[in-house]
Amino acid sequence: MTTGVIGKPLPRVDGRAKVSGSARYAADFNQPGQVYAVIVSATVGLGRVTDIDSTAIEVMPGIIAVITHRNAPRLAYDEHKSYIDPAVGERLHVLQDDRVRFYGQPVAIVVADTLDRAERAAAALNIAYEAERPIVDPLERNVEPIVPEAATREGSWVHADSSRGDPDGALASAPAKLDEAYDIARENHNPMEPHATVAAWAGDRLTLWSKSQFVVNEQAEIAAIFGIPVANVQVICPFIGGAFGTSLRTWPHVTLAAMAARQVGRAVKLVLTRKQMFFTTGHRPRTLQRVALGAAPDGKLVSLIHEGSGETSRYEEFIEALTNASGYMYSCPNVRTEYRLRPLDIGTPNHMRGPGEASGIFALECAMDELAYALAIDPVELRRRNEPAIDEAENKPFSSRSLMKCYDVGSDRFGWANRTYEPRSMRDGRLLIGMGVASASYPAYQAPASARVRLRADGSAEVEVAASDMGPGTYTSMTQVAAEMLGLTLEQVHFRLGRSDYPPAPSHGGSWTMASVGSAIRAACLAVKTEAARRAVVDERSPVFGVAHEEVEWVDGRARRRGDAAPGPSYGELVTIAGAPIEAEASSGRDPEIAKRYSMHAFGAVFAEVAVDPDVGTIRVRRAVGAYGIGRVVNPRLARSQCTGGMIGGIGMALMERTVLDPRDGRPVNAHMADYLVPVNLDIPMLEAHFVEEVDPHVNPLGVKGLGEIALVGMAPAIANAVFHATGKRVRTLPIRIEDVLSV
Amino acid sequence: MLPFVLEKAKTAEEAIAAAAAGARFIAGGTTLVDLMREEVERPERLVDINALPLADIRVEGDVLVLGALARMSDVAAHPDVQRIQPLIAESLIEGASPQLRNMATIGGNLLQRVRCPYFRMLDAPCNKHEPGSGCAAIDGLHAGHAILGTSNHCIATHPSDLAVALVALDATMRVSGPQGERSFAVDDLFRLPGDTPHLEHTLLPGELIMEVRVPAGGSSRRARYLKVRDRASYEFALVSVAAALSMEGRVIRQARLAAGGVGTRPWRLRPVEEALIGKAPDRQVFEAAAQLAVREARPLPHNHYKLELLPRTIVRALEMTGEVA
Repeated sequence: MTTGVIGKPLPRVDGRAKVSGSARYAADFNQPGQVYAVIVSATVGLGRVTDIDSTAIEVMPGIIAVITHRNAPRLAYDEHKSYIDPAVGERLHVLQDDRVRFYGQPVAIVVADTLDRAERAAAALNIAYEAERPIVDPLERNVEPIVPEAATREGSWVHADSSRGDPDGALASAPAKLDEAYDIARENHNPMEPHATVAAWAGDRLTLWSKSQFVVNEQAEIAAIFGIPVANVQVICPFIGGAFGTSLRTWPHVTLAAMAARQVGRAVKLVLTRKQMFFTTGHRPRTLQRVALGAAPDGKLVSLIHEGSGETSRYEEFIEALTNASGYMYSCPNVRTEYRLRPLDIGTPNHMRGPGEASGIFALECAMDELAYALAIDPVELRRRNEPAIDEAENKPFSSRSLMKCYDVGSDRFGWANRTYEPRSMRDGRLLIGMGVASASYPAYQAPASARVRLRADGSAEVEVAASDMGPGTYTSMTQVAAEMLGLTLEQVHFRLGRSDYPPAPSHGGSWTMASVGSAIRAACLAVKTEAARRAVVDERSPVFGVAHEEVEWVDGRARRRGDAAPGPSYGELVTIAGAPIEAEASSGRDPEIAKRYSMHAFGAVFAEVAVDPDVGTIRVRRAVGAYGIGRVVNPRLARSQCTGGMIGGIGMALMERTVLDPRDGRPVNAHMADYLVPVNLDIPMLEAHFVEEVDPHVNPLGVKGLGEIALVGMAPAIANAVFHATGKRVRTLPIRIEDVLSV
Repeated sequence: MLPFVLEKAKTAEEAIAAAAAGARFIAGGTTLVDLMREEVERPERLVDINALPLADIRVEGDVLVLGALARMSDVAAHPDVQRIQPLIAESLIEGASPQLRNMATIGGNLLQRVRCPYFRMLDAPCNKHEPGSGCAAIDGLHAGHAILGTSNHCIATHPSDLAVALVALDATMRVSGPQGERSFAVDDLFRLPGDTPHLEHTLLPGELIMEVRVPAGGSSRRARYLKVRDRASYEFALVSVAAALSMEGRVIRQARLAAGGVGTRPWRLRPVEEALIGKAPDRQVFEAAAQLAVREARPLPHNHYKLELLPRTIVRALEMTGEVA
């Protein structure tokens, strides 16, 4: 039954469509009679809209509608929350009242027959505000941290507080200790593709061609907002031009597109500007953290205290797993973690690649490096001395954990042995060279998912799941899984995703798509083979006629009796006989017993080399090596590509990315790709990703752990630690900039 | 974007006549169109000058002549430019991105608008887009802003890298207008903001930049451009320095220095130059001279670091002049 396509470094099945421009993204789905909506964003950071004078723009040519809170329909906003929405608080109700809660909040939409005219009128719309000064800096006085309510609930994946042993007492008496604070800037996702929605109503049925990492949730959310049956909404999104988490939730612009389309009775297209992508589509929250470590002289941890807080909006409590990894990364008898929120006058943050872990592990891994230097121990050796036998937070074994193997492979490929320990001890000409290392981890989640497989007369199979592909290669990897399970060639498998009427998939994020959707496809393939076997054994002409269907096995797409060499009918022949496609749908999910028994995480070791110019302070990453234990690798080529992307994201987080808010009115002042820095090609050196051999029989039937998040986690602390090694200067704020290392 | 009328000029005379009547010149459009989309620029008439024969790059005697319509990428790649004035090539390569350099012209580069974020936002006060409305940057966020040549009305830095090199090299420019032709130093093109920050240059209404002329000097070969920024490309300078030294044995005979990213206009560093003349090219000499660059600086809380970064960049650029380009 195995064709061996799982594990092969195959190129993307959708590569040609993408590079030739035939792949269609949300904004490409132009509809007949379509008109254009443009959002007008608030220009104050807090307050009220006191007046909107649209008379002047309503008479401009081509203007079809100007919708504000005064004339917008009252929407149902029925209760609906998926796990991707904050559990506490209520989503922004758009154009339902006069309140401005943050800078850039939508306060009107203008609909016109052309985009130009809609933009022009939107810019000319006169709005008066009563403005108050927003609070957008979590370090301002009066910003009181709150306990995130959802993180106190039984079974929550984020814990407001956790503790074992006597961490404060152990810290006080520890022979070696450190206690440091870390501040990571707000980041915006900034994928290439802007958010876009084309909305079209037919009676009370709505179709949305909309950029989404979670089409079934967008369907349910919009149905709830408009108070219509879920079945009346169809969401279509076959391709995503990068997302990094920004399209997990359904944001107000989707509601506005649907609202405008209903109001004007025509299809409406709404595309956010780059600037607007800094307003209402989430961001990685700024975090403030404290890590205190106590250790014995040999480096064995005796105390680990990790306190952190993330910013959130005033109307929703966005939580992420900021401090989780500190509970299980190392062996330590006395551990305390604390997670709080700081509500500000900003839009709600959301998950951005490596959410929680990327920020929290930065603080932990920088602190570990500091401890290594406090004790004169090699940073890799310090991690070895603190390697736990089990997950000490959960008190259960890991389903698999290859962190030490990752350090072996990573050290070897990076050449860690050539590093000299002392800071400022390595040079290349006049440049200061630094080498840093950090551990990475991310949970191996799996969510319930369903898939449908349809065998066709021509021998091909159609596989359908309401999944997404934001870039990791879902199209390709799922085709591989189905081909392998069915014994077909890749060309015989037609995998489709991105429609809400396909069997439901979980959100495309959190590194669980392969585990969840892959497992569902595996289950559906097994189901369709059983169905086909049932057909085969009742067909008189078939060599397996009369055989119990459980005795039928499939080899290269043909049925035969187990242990018998005579090939029986193929899928296609059985379909022809049946006169209709043979179809099966199946669901999969994690066995709750497994989850109770094992702690399941991916681990990695990340090494980075930087060069710092001692005169002018420029910091360049010269090379990086990541070694990861992620279970089975379905497609090494795609996996390496995904790692490279994540490592580049980590370079951005370490050295460039930050959204700067003006404290006077909360406006992002660098909402532009020339001013919000992400790495460009010249910033990207040789990046290597290696996968250590790891067989995990527990995590899921495919043995995969997911890779998207961990690829970013670990890079920023490795770079920060390398900057310390190069300069002797410890920078605990991200991004690290020239001015931070200037006086070294 | 507001509606506008676009006309195409076939000759300089046509273009000048259109501009004298209120049209704005458009060449590469890399600044203008961007700002028109934000409605920060609101020209009613544009005159396209791309068809004019002003894209020449040539050498006249020992003067390098750059046509105003020569593209940044073409100038940077031109063998004569690299041979005679490598500083020009280096400053161009450090500017913008390849896509922008393929479009942007030499004349447009000199006239590009400032990169102050508030200038690009119509919902923020800015004395450049509305004189008298105030400056949002002075009390706001200004890490990238100027420490030299600022006023209480504007602190935006001039963004051009090329202009820094041209000012250092004593380049001149030839312009043509309704009243005929005139030539003047590139250095004289730029105004200080004072209390009229909306007036950025000294061109008269209708005047068109025809060409830029760069005289050769003994220092041309020992000339480097150093641009310091947080990412390796496609970012405006935090600080940049164009440095050229002319040597007589171990003694500096002539020094040319100008800085970018620190001034409201390209900033010639004459006191530093004077302090170098007659000295040996040693680091201590460079360091002492470089300190003179910030004597009159007026830093604000977020750009205070430039007080340290500018002298360091000067020192490093001076050292680089002794290294192979």
